[in-house]
Amino acid sequence: MSPFEYERAADAASAVARVAGRPGAAFLGAGTNLVDHMKLGVASPDLLVDVTRLPFDKIEPLPQGGVRIGAGVRNSDLAADPTVRRDYPVLAQALLAGASGQLRNLATTAGNLLQRTRCVYFQDVTTPCNKRASGSGCSAIGGYTRDHAILGASEHCVATHPSDMAVALAALDATVIVLGVTGARRVALVDFYRLPGDAPQRDTALAHGDLITAVELPALPLAGNSAYRKVRDRASYAFALVSVAAALSVESGVVREARMALGGVAHKPWRAHRAEAALRGAPASEESFRRAAEAELADARPLRDNAFKVSMARNTMVAVLRDLAREERR
Amino acid sequence: MDARITLRVDGAERQLTLDTRTTLLDALRDRLGVISPKKGCDHGQCGSCTVLLDGRRATTCLALAVAHDGAAITTAQGLADGGLLHPMQRAFIEHDGFQCGYCTPGQICSAVGMLDEVRAGHPSHVTRDLCGPIALSDDEIRERMSGNLCRCGAYVNIVAAIRAAAAS
Repeated sequence: MSPFEYERAADAASAVARVAGRPGAAFLGAGTNLVDHMKLGVASPDLLVDVTRLPFDKIEPLPQGGVRIGAGVRNSDLAADPTVRRDYPVLAQALLAGASGQLRNLATTAGNLLQRTRCVYFQDVTTPCNKRASGSGCSAIGGYTRDHAILGASEHCVATHPSDMAVALAALDATVIVLGVTGARRVALVDFYRLPGDAPQRDTALAHGDLITAVELPALPLAGNSAYRKVRDRASYAFALVSVAAALSVESGVVREARMALGGVAHKPWRAHRAEAALRGAPASEESFRRAAEAELADARPLRDNAFKVSMARNTMVAVLRDLAREERR
Repeated sequence: MDARITLRVDGAERQLTLDTRTTLLDALRDRLGVISPKKGCDHGQCGSCTVLLDGRRATTCLALAVAHDGAAITTAQGLADGGLLHPMQRAFIEHDGFQCGYCTPGQICSAVGMLDEVRAGHPSHVTRDLCGPIALSDDEIRERMSGNLCRCGAYVNIVAAIRAAAAS
């Protein structure tokens, strides 16, 4: 690991100024992803500005409805929050499907969002990787691609974003609150992450020095009937092959509204806009659910080892929607 | 680059100057001689370095020591009250919850922290009713302990030990 200076942020504005003014600087949350990458030689910041003691550790109701989640709220505390469990079960379930108990006790909301989109080659510095070393090539294309993207990938990168939490937040219309050198701004979670295109080294829309201070969830009554399902190689403590976050509202057997996002299939949490459009006003039936899932996957481009993800994503979407439709009838 | 920090480890205040690159695990083992937490994978994947950090179970291999200045740490060794073993330690012995023993301190700290989470009513991935009471089934124990790997495969007896300690 390369040497680095360590500073504890006194306040958010000075932390932003400090990191923005130094190209090699980075914010430090719990470090569960960053320190791992520093050990592997994937990241080598020369200054860490620790933001974990800033007063961003609260989960508060918003005056207009909805919830504001501080950037430093630990994943375990967010999953255990009574309001989140009751009003946004998909978020609690997604958090609880991620990592392990002892990691969730450390990991922060902002840190979870900012864990790197990655694949095995990104983490192996002996191999070419456009995300790690721009222009060096992609080792996954033509190599091992079982865990990789089927949607929105490019010839430069086929890695997937590993967060479960972010998939739920994508489905819930969450907004990321960002403090930059020119002040605070709001970024919709679906616009927060990038597709790789020809610049896979950038995972998000953040500029160097931008600090996440909170995530806001809107009041969303249909989120009361929501769920997260994760398909993985082990029963627990593994990244998703495919995951689905969904919320569904059904009236007299007809889908009134749906929200859905996929994990494990793209460079970012994949909001299923096409499936949502296909579901709206359709009968709440297996047939409609299948059609909606297939509409979402129409542009899927599987790689050598991951064609199974297309049917797995379709079946998982159908299964989650079927469960939620059944819940609504009860 | 060096930094000076204070840690409270198993009840004793310890001051040390360390390189900012030092993880909490390396600070405990290599600098303070507290070798109860073990280095397994060193990448947050095996759980053998788990301690109670300010009362909550946490891996120490990815935590920078300098970021935890002032923290209170309890290791498996510190769970014992002098010569009197903690009920979780006794349960692991009574139920033969280990073979080589390398993952055991992490398993025990994780189990103690996990039972506190259950007592606080926190759901897990396998809890059906997110807002209801938690019944500590074997499935719940397995899911909640999935961050602690045991290459000897002593899982059956680890679950039995935790089940017994929870009931005592």
